[in-house]
Amino acid sequence: MSKHLIDLIDIRKTYGEDDALKKINLYIRDGEFLTLLGPSGCGKTTMLRLIAGFTMPTEGRILIDGKDVSSIPPYKRRVNTVFQKYALFPHLNVYDNVAFGLKIQKLPKDEIDSRVNEMLELVNLKGYGKRWIDQLSGGQQQRVAIARALVNRPQVLLLDEPLGALDLKLRKGMQMELKKMQQRLGITFIFVTHDQEEALTMSDTVVVMNEGQIQQIGTPIDVYNEPKNVFVAKFIGESNILPGIMKKDLLVSFMGRDFECVDSGFLRNEPVDVVVRPEDIDMVPKGSASAHLYGTVKSVLFMGVHYEFRVECGSVTLTIHSTDYVEPGTDVGIVILPDAIHIMHKSLKPEELDFTTADELLEAEMDAELEDKAE
Amino acid sequence: MKRKVFAYPYIVWMVLFIAVPMLFIFYYAFNVDGSFSFSKFWATLSDPEKWRVLWVSIEIAFGTTVFCLLLGYPVAYILSNMRRSVAGFISVLFFVPMWMNFVLRTYAWQAILEYAIPNLLGWADKTLTGSVGSVMMVLVYNFIPFMVMPLYNSLSKIDKSLIEASGDLGANKRMTFFKVVLPLSVPGIVSGITMVFIPAITAFTVPALIGNGNYNLYGNEIEMAFKQAAGSSGAADYSVGSTLSIILLLCVFISTAIMNRFDKDHEEGGNLL
Repeated sequence: MSKHLIDLIDIRKTYGEDDALKKINLYIRDGEFLTLLGPSGCGKTTMLRLIAGFTMPTEGRILIDGKDVSSIPPYKRRVNTVFQKYALFPHLNVYDNVAFGLKIQKLPKDEIDSRVNEMLELVNLKGYGKRWIDQLSGGQQQRVAIARALVNRPQVLLLDEPLGALDLKLRKGMQMELKKMQQRLGITFIFVTHDQEEALTMSDTVVVMNEGQIQQIGTPIDVYNEPKNVFVAKFIGESNILPGIMKKDLLVSFMGRDFECVDSGFLRNEPVDVVVRPEDIDMVPKGSASAHLYGTVKSVLFMGVHYEFRVECGSVTLTIHSTDYVEPGTDVGIVILPDAIHIMHKSLKPEELDFTTADELLEAEMDAELEDKAE
Repeated sequence: MKRKVFAYPYIVWMVLFIAVPMLFIFYYAFNVDGSFSFSKFWATLSDPEKWRVLWVSIEIAFGTTVFCLLLGYPVAYILSNMRRSVAGFISVLFFVPMWMNFVLRTYAWQAILEYAIPNLLGWADKTLTGSVGSVMMVLVYNFIPFMVMPLYNSLSKIDKSLIEASGDLGANKRMTFFKVVLPLSVPGIVSGITMVFIPAITAFTVPALIGNGNYNLYGNEIEMAFKQAAGSSGAADYSVGSTLSIILLLCVFISTAIMNRFDKDHEEGGNLL
């Protein structure tokens, strides 16, 4: 795509003893919809506040349009923010809230008027100008906040979990609208959320963060299909993460069996993490010749579009999504095709795995090694 | 329903010490030789000296309020931007003097202004009491906590993200103050003014102790009227004091009404002070 609009170079931010951000390097391209995704406390909001200028980095530089803005206060940056709780001015009506930035710029009255009205129309609040903020619903306040930011024609719009307070249906609607608005206006959006689904549906680029560090940067499809580590795999969507050994290119061993896969470039016999998404596992009748493994359905949950099964295969319990119902207690065959398997380098931090403990990992690795030797 | 019972002692108290004395005041003001008449009431009202004193009282109360606001706003603003724990500690320091009796503090100021400072500066035959400046200064000293407290309440209630939003939209600190902070602190300003102006207009101890009789305010005028009546021989005539009290009461009602009107624009819910 196009040029870098924002560069974060070696950014570190500490609050007292705690590192909120540890050496972040990231660039954001002009016109893209970029999402900072991560659990609360991962540093995503801190990153947004650094770009807005509300806080200064402890170390490193921030460039906007190639210019170092690290020490420039927010009111001189062409960046506008939609705040988490909207932060609308309660002493002003809708019109004056939206006009706030333009009045600060001392624009002529008729220009302010036309721009504010145009913006209110864009966010579907035509005719609401005279209303007070506390007379609006959450969704309407949300739109005012967006209008108030966009009316200034910023280079970048920062959105700090703006949909968090809305109910599911409204949120879905706003997601679509925001995406449409962004495409129409061509303004760079930086969107902070902890909702992985939201991130996947809206973004051009997803930046997955945890504990002040970027875990992965990629398109939604990349981060979903090719998670870089256990954290990303677990945070984005559901997944079965299994310890395995990469025997050679295109051949991986896990759950006591060799599987063909599509990954390569690993060391011979490198211990790896194997990710298999629940929807990529097929269940077949017990005696089927195509089955790679056998297991017993332990439980089933109806999830709306699909059923979620827990299937016990030896010592491992797999999560499987399927639209076809299978009675609990049924013995089934399990098929895992090569392109359902995604291989990751072993995470250096076993404490990130909460369903596979460090000990279990070690054990699995040792088992695998023994097996190898036996062969 | 049962909870009403707990209000009875207070209601009795109110009736005995507020409603009944009020009725007495009206009785004395309009009772001429056993029958209802406006004659004494009008007689008192036609005394220009009384109006002059009322005007001086209003002026001094107004001046006190303005000084309290000008001095108190920055204090409240700085406090509201401090960390809660630090602000709490500093405001305790502010309020420690308030735990001492108001009259006692005024006596202390009298000693300071009349003897301590002149002695220190070697002014043998001068005192600092008895001037309008000294009266107003001690009034400001006594009333400023009542200004700072509601201001602090309303300033610290302002969501910090509003300040950030203002900066985000291009306003520098000065513009943010005038366009966001100041308008949002109006409820605090209004209750601060109410808390200072009304007690100041009825001020009585301070002008008596600091004013040396040169600055009698309306409260002192009322005191004198009642004292004179009680001290005179024969049946005491409380009509002058009662009439003056009614006028002062009216002034209080009018200023409260004006303040309430301002407050209506910003229904933010009540503060403690």
